[in-house]
Amino acid sequence: MVIVLFATLILTIALLGPTMDNILRNAIKFDVIEMVNNNKNLKFPTPADRQAYINQEIDRREMLLGLDQPWYSPQRFTNTVLRVMVLDLGQSNTLTSESGSPKVQDIILEKLPKTVLLFTTSTLIVTVVGLYLGAFVGNRTGSIWDRINSTFAVFSSSFPTWWVGMLMIFAFAFAWHIFPSQANPLTSPSDPAYAADLLYHMILPLITIVLVGFGAWAFTVRYFVIGILREDYIAAKRTAGIPESKIIYSHALKNAAPPIVTVVALSLAGSLSGAITIEAVFGWPGMGSLYYEAIGTLDIPIIIGITYILTLIFVITVFITDLLYAYFDPRVKVG
Amino acid sequence: MTAVQVSSRSEIIRKFRRSKSGVAGVLLLLALIVMSIYAATAVPLESFRQWNNPAIWIDLPKSAAPAWTNIGFGPKVPQHIVLRQGDAEISSSSDAGVTTAVHSYKIDFNYDTYPNDFMLLYSARYGGTQPVLQIDFVRPDGNEFQVYYASLPPSRQEINDFSGRLFSTDKSIAANLRSYSSLFSYPPDPSSPQEMIFSDLHERKVLKGTYIIRETFLLFDQQDSVTNSGVILGGKVYGVMGTDDLRRDLSIGILWGAPVALFIGLTVAIAGVIIGLIYGVVAGYKGNRTDEGLMRINDIFYSLPTLPILVILSVTIGSKLFLITGFLVIFGWVGMAKISRSIALQLKNMPYVEASKLMGQSDWKIIFKHIIPQLLPLTFASIAISVPSAILGEATLSFLGLSDPSIPTWGQILHDANTAGAAARGLWWWVVPPGLMIALTGLAFVLIGNALDTIVNPRSRK
Repeated sequence: MVIVLFATLILTIALLGPTMDNILRNAIKFDVIEMVNNNKNLKFPTPADRQAYINQEIDRREMLLGLDQPWYSPQRFTNTVLRVMVLDLGQSNTLTSESGSPKVQDIILEKLPKTVLLFTTSTLIVTVVGLYLGAFVGNRTGSIWDRINSTFAVFSSSFPTWWVGMLMIFAFAFAWHIFPSQANPLTSPSDPAYAADLLYHMILPLITIVLVGFGAWAFTVRYFVIGILREDYIAAKRTAGIPESKIIYSHALKNAAPPIVTVVALSLAGSLSGAITIEAVFGWPGMGSLYYEAIGTLDIPIIIGITYILTLIFVITVFITDLLYAYFDPRVKVG
Repeated sequence: MTAVQVSSRSEIIRKFRRSKSGVAGVLLLLALIVMSIYAATAVPLESFRQWNNPAIWIDLPKSAAPAWTNIGFGPKVPQHIVLRQGDAEISSSSDAGVTTAVHSYKIDFNYDTYPNDFMLLYSARYGGTQPVLQIDFVRPDGNEFQVYYASLPPSRQEINDFSGRLFSTDKSIAANLRSYSSLFSYPPDPSSPQEMIFSDLHERKVLKGTYIIRETFLLFDQQDSVTNSGVILGGKVYGVMGTDDLRRDLSIGILWGAPVALFIGLTVAIAGVIIGLIYGVVAGYKGNRTDEGLMRINDIFYSLPTLPILVILSVTIGSKLFLITGFLVIFGWVGMAKISRSIALQLKNMPYVEASKLMGQSDWKIIFKHIIPQLLPLTFASIAISVPSAILGEATLSFLGLSDPSIPTWGQILHDANTAGAAARGLWWWVVPPGLMIALTGLAFVLIGNALDTIVNPRSRK
């Protein structure tokens, strides 16, 4: 698994390496020309001399940063990996954090908690609702509830979440003025009312994610529960007279846990990608909105930074999932 | 798991026909195909290629609702009317060397609210003496308002072709209308001519009836001529699907979105599934180290987050439609490779495969002649199942603003809608149809895929 993690990192760096280098080179070029223009002490007899000086200076600085070697040279590669690990992602082009810092790391760290807040809450709700609903319909296959749930799952899985978000804005912000259309609260973060305001603004995106997510979820859980309910030990418990609800909600669900945990963790990681679009729709002040803004203004360092972070979170989640699976299901050994 | 059962083609079709959801999916897909054919034949390719060129759409209203919203209760809002020279009644007379050309347009205005604005188009070809243009509105109550009287700009060459547009916001219209203020029993507002011209004299409400808009050209030379004229009465509703903020006719974008989405979905799904099929079968059949190595690569792709990588690819490499289709293929083969590998693992121990191996057939021949044909039904199901994610993937990229500007997609329309805040402004006709089309296209393939899958995939049989 560690190999996979490392290979993923290498692949990402390979994809982004050349672009990162280009950005750095451009920044250096810009800096040097700026410096030559502003420095009154530098006088050149001919324009060619001036150009030669600029080129020399650019080369010197590139050497200093190690840009004279390609991104895949062992030394630079180790450096990149180390830099990524300490989240040193360079400077943004235009966007800044709320405190005005242009460092990509600061901007992302400022937005990360809000994304985590929205998505942990929504995934928890979706998981709990989906688990119980799935167990409920899994015990009543073929009933009207089961069919409603299956139909709903098929429909909701083909709807783009962000489009449902736009419909929610239309319904709850335009038609009925219940929730604000923009999820970015107007009160300043230092205000004590900020937390409450933030939660109020979180309701609409939260409802959207839960609405789109829980149907497919319940459908997955139903699939596992049906499998478990066919096992002999469940029949044995039934004959022993253990109440039906106890069998389903504590015995069956517990035994369905390993695959369910895997899917929960994977969907949690996957929903981070969904975060991007849902946040963009609602203007929720998290990484997704930042991503959307960065794409709009083509702020490449930020785009790369967020991609790094999202990839990292995803890969780590996949890794932890494998460990958890082994913990829940002792038959599986960590490979 | 039971061994793979080979079902005959007719049996699959028979079972598929019995599946209600499968038939519903096929019907939906047929509707989409009809829509694509209609788009390709009836809507000129030009208007679709020019989707992002504002000059093409200038005659249409800004964010107008679909015309059918007028049916039903509530006040009838004016429809957007575009009249070209062909709709005009043209007469001309000549007196003492002066030619008078009159283009009159008849408009039945039976709506409950005022038009948004109006625009008068005119073009003329003339030499040294510039012609004079006079515009009159003849109202249903018989009053005539002369709103404009001015000469065209002097010609710069021998023969000047001049095209102009007179907007209702033109200052001279307001100035001319001021002289009719005394006709009204209340103080009218000449600064919004569309309201004053279409108002009742005694009450502040719309005067319904037939209006005639007359463009009179006075030409002072035999060679001079009027080459074009037209009237655009800016309404609040237009067409089958309305227009967006940039005056684009949404029905064209939505119609043309269908073939584009089908192209992306099918290309990505077919390419991805075939790559995955061959990859998985090779891994499963060869086994040992080849299997181990190939499956590790598969694992790596499996642990990459799709969307961020897609975003980075389109930002760094490009966002042309064909490129994006290619990027989506990169992630489209992973799932199929896993499934086909596990089935190939079972198939390779089947007696007939072992027999052909003993007969000395080459590995490649066995893979392509004996194993892959067994997997074909499953392949079709997998293609259908992976189409929606490809369409959603493209739509999401477009929605984030990474799309081909020369080809409108449903995701791109929604991106524009989101940027303009359409949902919060209540422009539902801009938000609902494109998303619904994405959802329905996805749904069609999900239904077909699930129905096929329950028939051909041994895993989902109960």
